Amino acid sequence: MPKSSDEREVIPRPSGASAWEERGISRRDFMKFCTATAAALALPVSLVPRIAEALEADGRPSVIWLEFQGCTGDSEALLRAANPTVGEIVLDVLSVDYHETIMAAAGHQAEEARLKTEKERSGKYIAVVEGAIPVKDGGIYCCVGGRSAVDIAREVCGGALATIAVGTCASFGGIPAAAPNPTGAVSVSEAVPGATVVNIPGCPLNTDNLVATIVHFITFGKLPAVDGKGRPLFAFGKRIHDNCERRAHFDAGQYVEQWGDQGHRKGYCLYKMGCKGPETFHNCPTQRYNEKTSWPVGAGHGCAGCSEPHFWDTMTPFYRRLPNVPGFGIEMTADKIGLGLAAGTAAAFGIHGVVSALRKGDESDEGKEG
Amino acid sequence: MARNRSCLYEEYVWEVPVRATHWINMLAIIALSVTGIYIGSPKTLGLDPSDYVMGWVRVVHFTAGYTFAISVASRIWWAFVGNRHAGWREFVPFLYPEGRRDMGRMFLYYVFISRKVPHPTGHNALAGTTYLLVFILYLVMVGTGFALYAEHAPGGVMHTLLTPLYALFSDQGMRLTHHMVMWLLVGFAIHHIYSAWLMDVKERGGVMSSIFGGYKPVKRGE
Ligand code: HEM
Ligand code: SF4
Repeated sequence: MPKSSDEREVIPRPSGASAWEERGISRRDFMKFCTATAAALALPVSLVPRIAEALEADGRPSVIWLEFQGCTGDSEALLRAANPTVGEIVLDVLSVDYHETIMAAAGHQAEEARLKTEKERSGKYIAVVEGAIPVKDGGIYCCVGGRSAVDIAREVCGGALATIAVGTCASFGGIPAAAPNPTGAVSVSEAVPGATVVNIPGCPLNTDNLVATIVHFITFGKLPAVDGKGRPLFAFGKRIHDNCERRAHFDAGQYVEQWGDQGHRKGYCLYKMGCKGPETFHNCPTQRYNEKTSWPVGAGHGCAGCSEPHFWDTMTPFYRRLPNVPGFGIEMTADKIGLGLAAGTAAAFGIHGVVSALRKGDESDEGKEG
Repeated sequence: MARNRSCLYEEYVWEVPVRATHWINMLAIIALSVTGIYIGSPKTLGLDPSDYVMGWVRVVHFTAGYTFAISVASRIWWAFVGNRHAGWREFVPFLYPEGRRDMGRMFLYYVFISRKVPHPTGHNALAGTTYLLVFILYLVMVGTGFALYAEHAPGGVMHTLLTPLYALFSDQGMRLTHHMVMWLLVGFAIHHIYSAWLMDVKERGGVMSSIFGGYKPVKRGE
């Protein structure tokens, strides 16, 4: 947990290798953490010592954690990590100078802490943003301390070394930006064009991916490589469907047809129940949530596609495989419409055929020329 | 009519590549639609997790998909090097006055207003326009099909080449498009077989057999 500034003075922070042990984290646990993080980042084991070294060094980057149109789910995910070690490690290698939910300071004192970091560590701190940013009507739909979210974000992210957008709302607008998007919510990269932003979507994000991104940053001094949607490749470089533990059932042709049926009990593939794994890129099947306890598909529920842009609009209905066809009622599936189209065509041409067959006296053109 | 029979010549209209791609497309579309419908709404046919029912269905779909793509590409190429009946101008009759006139005539016949059956040697103008639309649908299928396919290897060559498609479609929109256009092609197939039959009967130009053998009987001016 981050300490308020006076607490920090009381407990001097030891540096170097022994620091971790003094805080109750054994050397063994620490190395295990470094190895797991290297694995999450898809780095070779040979780089583990380098990660350990970087984490033991004393330059704790300052972090300003902003929260706007979000549900605090990402902060929760970070704090509720089942194994306290990871949470502590992250918060200990970082100096979280501002985080509304967990900081001790409040009101003007809190704002001052943020301004201080912004000024003193200008261009050196990391900005973490949770939640979407409304820009409609001058951004008045989300204000903190009398200032609009977009205003604060431009100031904080603009002066940051790098910005990490945590969760789908900050990454892509998420649920606040879902149609009809009454507040004009946008992602961080749209609200602050020009800022260096890495997106770690997910609803909530997987803490392991945030930790790994930060560790990558601390170890190598740069953000990890990203895909076309600004998401780190180590976490979003593969489709859920291609790493899913139920994939063998997909290939075999064994599907859950109804919730609670035999297939569901046997762990068959959730494709027909509307699983969006085939169109969602995320490392859920391998990294899982809450210290690798489980993940939606593992728990028997299809993937909702939460880490993709506009998932609330494009991945719905969640319990059907394909979206509704625009302009038709919600009970119409693509196949019903298609069959109707085929039957209509057949009927129309059938009638045309009967009329044509009964019609006498059609003359073929004589003017054809070779 | 009978008095003209002595003046009928056999004209080679549909060259081998035209006929070959026509039939390959037909077989591929049948295979792709049958497997596609299973991919779209599968039944639990696997008895054991080590079965590979969906696996094989997808293998057939992708193999037929590659075949179809190559066939479509070949036909497009032939539209620039083949004879005039195969040429690209046949598919855009609305671009020149003569073609527009032929389209009008054909339309009037189709809607039972005129009794004169136009009888061109190659495609009739309305059919040519329809095939343009069908080829656009083919390209949509090939494009969305390969884009769905390439998602198993993001960052790969195919995925990178298809970047514009991912910008154009959401993942689900792409699937829905791929799925719906299949039904449009089914509708086209129904219309296509019907019209070929109708024209075979009415224009008496041997349209049906021409796509097998390539020749049409044609009357030459003396
Ligand atoms: C006329 C041609 C085609 C037809 C009628 C057709 C039909 C279909 C249908 C109905 C589906 C199921 C879609 C869904 O409900 O999600 C499908 C899926 C698919 N098709 Fe096609 N398709 C055609 C051409 C192609 C081509 C050229 C490719 C390229 C390789 C291709 C690749 C795929 C892929 C990758 C899928 C998704 C399979 C999966 O997620 O397991 N298709 N196709
Ligand atoms: S459960 Fe979902 S992600 Fe897993 S194999 Fe089935 S469709 Fe793919």
